[in-house]
Amino acid sequence: MSRKIQVFAVALVLGGAAFTAPALAQNEQFIPNLVYRTGAYAPNGIPFANGVADYYNLVNERDGGINGVKIVFEECDTGYATDRGVECYERLKGKGPTGAAYVIPLSTGITYALTEKAPVDKIPIISMGYGRADSRDGSVYQWNFPMVGTYWTAADIILQHIAKKEGGFDKLKGKKVALVYHDSPYGKEPITLLQKRASMHSFELMLLPVTHPGVEQKATWLQIRQNRPDYVLLWGWGVMNSTAIKEAVAVAYPREKMYGVWWSGAEPDVRPAEDGAKGYNAATLQHSAGQFKLHEDLKKFVYDKGKGVAKWDETGEVLYIRGVINAMLGVEGIRTAQEKYGKKPMTGEQVRWGLENLNLTAARIKQLGFEGVLQPIKLSCSDHEGARTGRIQTWDGKNWKITSDWYTGDDSVIGPLVKETAAKYAAEKKITPVTCPAS
Amino acid sequence: MLGPIIETFIGGLLTGILYSLVALGFVLIFKASGVFNFAQGAMVLFAALSLARLSEVMPLYIALPLTIAIMVALAYAIEFLVLRPLINQEGIILFMATLGVANFLDGFGQTVWGSDIYKIDLGMPKNPIFIFESVFPGGLLIDPSELIAAVICAVLVVVLAIFFQVTRVGRALRAVADDHQAAQSVGIPLNQIWLMVWAVAGIVALVAGMMWGAKLGVQFSLALVALKALPVLILGGFTSIPGAIIGGLIIGAGEKLAEVILGPVLIRAFDLAGGGIENWFAYVLALMFLLVRPQGLFGEKIIERV
Repeated sequence: MSRKIQVFAVALVLGGAAFTAPALAQNEQFIPNLVYRTGAYAPNGIPFANGVADYYNLVNERDGGINGVKIVFEECDTGYATDRGVECYERLKGKGPTGAAYVIPLSTGITYALTEKAPVDKIPIISMGYGRADSRDGSVYQWNFPMVGTYWTAADIILQHIAKKEGGFDKLKGKKVALVYHDSPYGKEPITLLQKRASMHSFELMLLPVTHPGVEQKATWLQIRQNRPDYVLLWGWGVMNSTAIKEAVAVAYPREKMYGVWWSGAEPDVRPAEDGAKGYNAATLQHSAGQFKLHEDLKKFVYDKGKGVAKWDETGEVLYIRGVINAMLGVEGIRTAQEKYGKKPMTGEQVRWGLENLNLTAARIKQLGFEGVLQPIKLSCSDHEGARTGRIQTWDGKNWKITSDWYTGDDSVIGPLVKETAAKYAAEKKITPVTCPAS
Repeated sequence: MLGPIIETFIGGLLTGILYSLVALGFVLIFKASGVFNFAQGAMVLFAALSLARLSEVMPLYIALPLTIAIMVALAYAIEFLVLRPLINQEGIILFMATLGVANFLDGFGQTVWGSDIYKIDLGMPKNPIFIFESVFPGGLLIDPSELIAAVICAVLVVVLAIFFQVTRVGRALRAVADDHQAAQSVGIPLNQIWLMVWAVAGIVALVAGMMWGAKLGVQFSLALVALKALPVLILGGFTSIPGAIIGGLIIGAGEKLAEVILGPVLIRAFDLAGGGIENWFAYVLALMFLLVRPQGLFGEKIIERV
């Protein structure tokens, strides 16, 4: 008898439900959604994934899709692991009547891996606020769209803010700036720009890597205590961020001197540190936290119908909003493509054209319900970033507060670096850059 | 220069004690059943998640015994569903079974309790204390929460040592570890012994989860902290409680000193690309010890006569 119970219990545990993907109609646009709702990075991955899902649902519920073409999306959990991300991409890229419209990897590592696959499969990669910084050069990286800001833009914005506080870039001479970074392609991205700025303004740059997932940082923060840098830049993700802030408390490093990238500036990064996070700063990917005009529609068409995937109170959080914005940019890319190719499901190649010709003016942003959250974004053949602006936000113990004016990444510094590294990549991979019309 | 080295050394020792706490769970089960329990990290996460989520809806003094009850129930489930059908099987089969338990617990824990970052508030002091300020410029920094964790760990070790060495149950546990069949033939109830040792390992996992959870917040990465126990076990031996403690201290201090002192020197000297070295250096350190003592610092020397 007991053997039967054992077998039954094991079968119950191991037996999975059989899932069948919904059959796709011809007038549907398929979009894969690479997420991480489990694993070490889930606290940050979940709100982003919720924002993306809710926006697609909103477009379907409110507008009946994109010009009548219904969005069908499917999530695949990557766990923030590159191998699983590639596996998800391979599994989903051919789905739907026209294949995947685009892919949002939500990981710089996965973006790196897909950068060589995307041109072959003709599927654009939207890496909003992450990915290779030089991939904004559309003449080389035709299928990459690091929209709204790259890591070089983020690093430049933070340094501009620090320089402003100090009284100018010349006042950075002799100062010490430490970069505490996730020891991965993501964390290493800003180093090129920071080294360039360090040589331009004669400040010392300390590089302090933290290994995945970032729960063990004692050695790093003891080095910070011993070297006392004037500022600490944090390039972390997931639990690494809250651990860094807690360790800063443990070595009494002032949080006011800490500046995180926009992936180190969300609620899950500061809340675990409680009062210790007060005064901590982070760059914004334009937006900060708080509900805005679009939320009226989200409430009416999604949440009041019981179709929201987040809790309503969480829809004003930083990463949820970022998911919403990311989904909106993809949808608007499809809509732009439809203006040229017709109101039907678009192929990846057509969406690529749509993204490259995306022009979100202030009026259009207002119409979409994002007024005050985003500034105008205009992409082109040579510029797949589209906007290089951001602000600094500060955690006051309960909420994020915007504490600076807008900054724009200095293209006289970033531009030549982009050209140089993109040209190197093109030579290495034997890519012939396309000739972009003068903008 | 001496101040920072001493400070790093002390910080490493205190972190090392937390590694020891996780390693203890491995040692307990290996000692009693000869099973390398790969699920120990998952048990740490599951215990911490249970306590954190329960303490959101009830006081800690009720949540704590309830979590202990959950861990004992989990021990019973593992014994009944996984170990009992595998009595007298090869060690590698039992190891693979624990691998399955680990993956199940990781996923099941997050499905039941959620994947967010949760809080365990033990009222630990957060601000650092500084000692010998007159000797070293800026003094030596001590994290008081790690100091408290070290004391708790020390108490736990003493209790476990007494349990294993002095009590009748402890002796039975050691007999089972030597030979399942022989122990059964002299009337030692194998199932009860396994249940007990898994329950104790569950409680040790809870203590480790509380300490790490209070420090880092309770979330999935706690399961990965268990990986830190592996070099500790290689170094200290799989069957020795003092080995787990001393091993933890050596690994903790060694990896921190390596990261702070050796890492920058290596990078400069060989013009390396850079990157954190403490994770892999812990294994290098353990392997270096193995060259001298293959059974680990405190492991039992096996002599087989042919």
